[in-house]
Amino acid sequence: MSNTVHSPLDALKTRASVFAALGDETRLSVLTKLCNGQPQSISRLTAGTNLSRQAVTKHLRVLANAGVVRAVRSGRESLFELEPRPIEEVRNYLDQVSKQWDDALARLKARVED
Amino acid sequence: MTDRIEKTIELKAPVSRVWRALTDHHEFGTWFRVRLDGPFVPGEVSRGQITNPGYEHVRWEAVVQKIEPERLFSFTWHPYAIDPNQDYSGEPPTLVEFTLHSIPTGTLLRVVESGFDKLPSKRRLEAFRMNDSGWGEEIQNIARHVEHGS
Repeated sequence: MSNTVHSPLDALKTRASVFAALGDETRLSVLTKLCNGQPQSISRLTAGTNLSRQAVTKHLRVLANAGVVRAVRSGRESLFELEPRPIEEVRNYLDQVSKQWDDALARLKARVED
Repeated sequence: MTDRIEKTIELKAPVSRVWRALTDHHEFGTWFRVRLDGPFVPGEVSRGQITNPGYEHVRWEAVVQKIEPERLFSFTWHPYAIDPNQDYSGEPPTLVEFTLHSIPTGTLLRVVESGFDKLPSKRRLEAFRMNDSGWGEEIQNIARHVEHGS
């Protein structure tokens, strides 16, 4: 699914940090604003919220550490944009956990209905 | 609020038969694909070796929580290993609960795996439905599998 080469430990840390990063309402609202694919400044991400610039910066740092947003420079300004790949990986993980259950329950069914 | 994976399946077999397939450690091992060292005992660690092809080197370790005859069987474990090369023992454990209900055709079995608690809830993910980027679809697919509890 991804072209990135991760060590197993890195993959584990990545997934845990993506789960943690997404498990916060404020951070999700910041991510929502980045969903249109346009890099945005901290000022723009702060506008229309009741969050301080510092709070938005703090949340962006968590999101960046989890790899779901990245900073890009535009002149003297730092802009932030969405990095969708880690989120796809989390989805892929859950898809597979779910499929393992489907397979196991199909085997259970075959056994008890035999 | 707990995020979870939930499965419900109708089995054409009496509750007593399904209960045995779930809680007898030999029977459990055949369909779950694990060779267990011993019977399930509430409060005790259950150990064994996964027998699922490709995952045979993965150890099974779970802590049995509840055994309420013909009603509820639960344990905590590390979710299904996906990548055979990865050590999942550092992951936060999830809770697996099997609940049995008698129905006219046999047994209704519900399996809930919960404790993916850092995952965003379905409700929060609703926020992404508004945008039409491909990424929005991706994140909604996560929600497809994650029902959030009360």
